[in-house]
Amino acid sequence: MDKSELNEPNKNKILVKKLNLFYKDYQALKSVNLDIKANKITALIGPSGCGKSTFLRTLNRMNDLIEGVKVEGTILLEGENIYGPEVDVANLRKQVGMVFQRPNPFPMSVYDNVAYGPKIHGLKNKRQLDEIIEKSLRLAVLWEEVNDRLFKSALGLSGGQQQRLCIARLLAVEPEVLLMDEPSSALDPISTLKIEELIQVLKKDYTIVIVTHNMQQAARVSDVTAFFLNGELIEHGATEEIFTRPKDQRTEDYISGRFG
Amino acid sequence: MNPRSSFDKALIEIQEDIFQLANLVEQAIYNAVQSLIKLDPAGAAQVIMCDEEIDELYAKIESKCIKLIATQQPMARDLRMVVTGIKILLSLERIGDHAVDIAQATMCIRESELNRKSSEYLTKMSRLVQQMIKDGFEAYRERDVQKAQEMCTLDDEVDHIFTKIFQLLIDNILADPKSIVQSSYLLYVSRYLERIADHATDIGEAIIYLITGERKKLN
Ligand SMILES: Nc1ncnc2c1ncn2[C@@H]1O[C@H](COP(=O)(O)OP(=O)(O)OP(=O)(O)O)[C@@H](O)[C@H]1O
Ligand SMILES: [Mg+2]
Repeated sequence: MDKSELNEPNKNKILVKKLNLFYKDYQALKSVNLDIKANKITALIGPSGCGKSTFLRTLNRMNDLIEGVKVEGTILLEGENIYGPEVDVANLRKQVGMVFQRPNPFPMSVYDNVAYGPKIHGLKNKRQLDEIIEKSLRLAVLWEEVNDRLFKSALGLSGGQQQRLCIARLLAVEPEVLLMDEPSSALDPISTLKIEELIQVLKKDYTIVIVTHNMQQAARVSDVTAFFLNGELIEHGATEEIFTRPKDQRTEDYISGRFG
Repeated sequence: MNPRSSFDKALIEIQEDIFQLANLVEQAIYNAVQSLIKLDPAGAAQVIMCDEEIDELYAKIESKCIKLIATQQPMARDLRMVVTGIKILLSLERIGDHAVDIAQATMCIRESELNRKSSEYLTKMSRLVQQMIKDGFEAYRERDVQKAQEMCTLDDEVDHIFTKIFQLLIDNILADPKSIVQSSYLLYVSRYLERIADHATDIGEAIIYLITGERKKLN
């Protein structure tokens, strides 16, 4: 799973160009241009309803599932247009996986949760599965806590453990990009910090895009921060710059809590 | 409604407190140098006692800054405001300590020809550093980058006078080795004033960072 040597520093993993998205007549994204660097953590911030989740979902075409959605512009993943006609969407979602706000483990054992993806993709060999399960749970820094209850229901885990399980489940299918929509907003402070630590560890091998309402979290974990407002990308840049000297007054107002 | 109005009030209060501290410190330099020139040990003692007030005010403002960081998680300009607040405080406190150093040296200095000769330089240095502090805090109040930059250029003048008085005192020691103790005290004093100008320059840099977010080295 060590892909780091394949990724040159500062390489663009995803290039978003002139992206528009409409929910029927409502335009939720307005000509968004953003390059997402490989092996970096990009944080998306902005007030409620500004289009962060919508934008995140365009990166693995989760919006396709919503009726009346129209997407314009291009999104290149490693140079390939993910909205191109011959794209295998299931495969795209394997490459670009998503973690949601509320942990959503399947109502099955810890083991089966993590085995689910690899099995769907045709892996049957028990030994190989065992290996993947352990490796994924270790990567998600959960192994030590659950290795004695692998065959018990995942629903018995704490919220923070469930969220790390969902990350392990995602890692088991060996994605390249991890999309996280407020992954710790339903968690207590300690579980939140554990998720943040985990994200830091994962960035070595993955490209991560995270939506967060927690400004300190964005400042702590991300390398690049992008500020959205009313469907527009207002400003993006090195996180340190954005939080110490944003260029746009609207960014300044938002991050310093003087908004609206 | 501004959701940050109580925070804004706290920031303004910190700034006002810093102005007050700056006034005390500037006064302390003036009094210290005056007590030296007039050879007035009581005046020097006054400066030493006043330092307690400076330290107390310093601690009070610093606590306010720490509390704001802990409770308000300031970002962007607010963050720069609190951080530069702490930096400026620290520089002011050091300047205050140097005023005390000058006052202490004063107590060991006796009437002499040398004393009269160096007075002229020391008065000039004192005026310059006081001017730096005054201008600096005007720049701070008005968020005026240019004024902050200009005040930092006064540091060069201070350095220039420092080299002159240094030469004067060294020549004096060479000509009259018995004057070494008195000359050394005066040398200390000039060196303290020179350091004060450096701290004032740090304050100017902090003010520029506050306004622009950019770091500039000015000395
Ligand atoms: N399925 C949908 N159908 C119609 N409109 C939608 C749909 N999903 C989102 N929207 C609208 O698009 C805009 C952007 O929504 P989105 O969920 O992307 O915002 P967000 O930035 O993620 O907000 P939050 O921080 O509250 O999660 C909003 O005005 C929202 O009402
Ligand atoms: Mg959302």
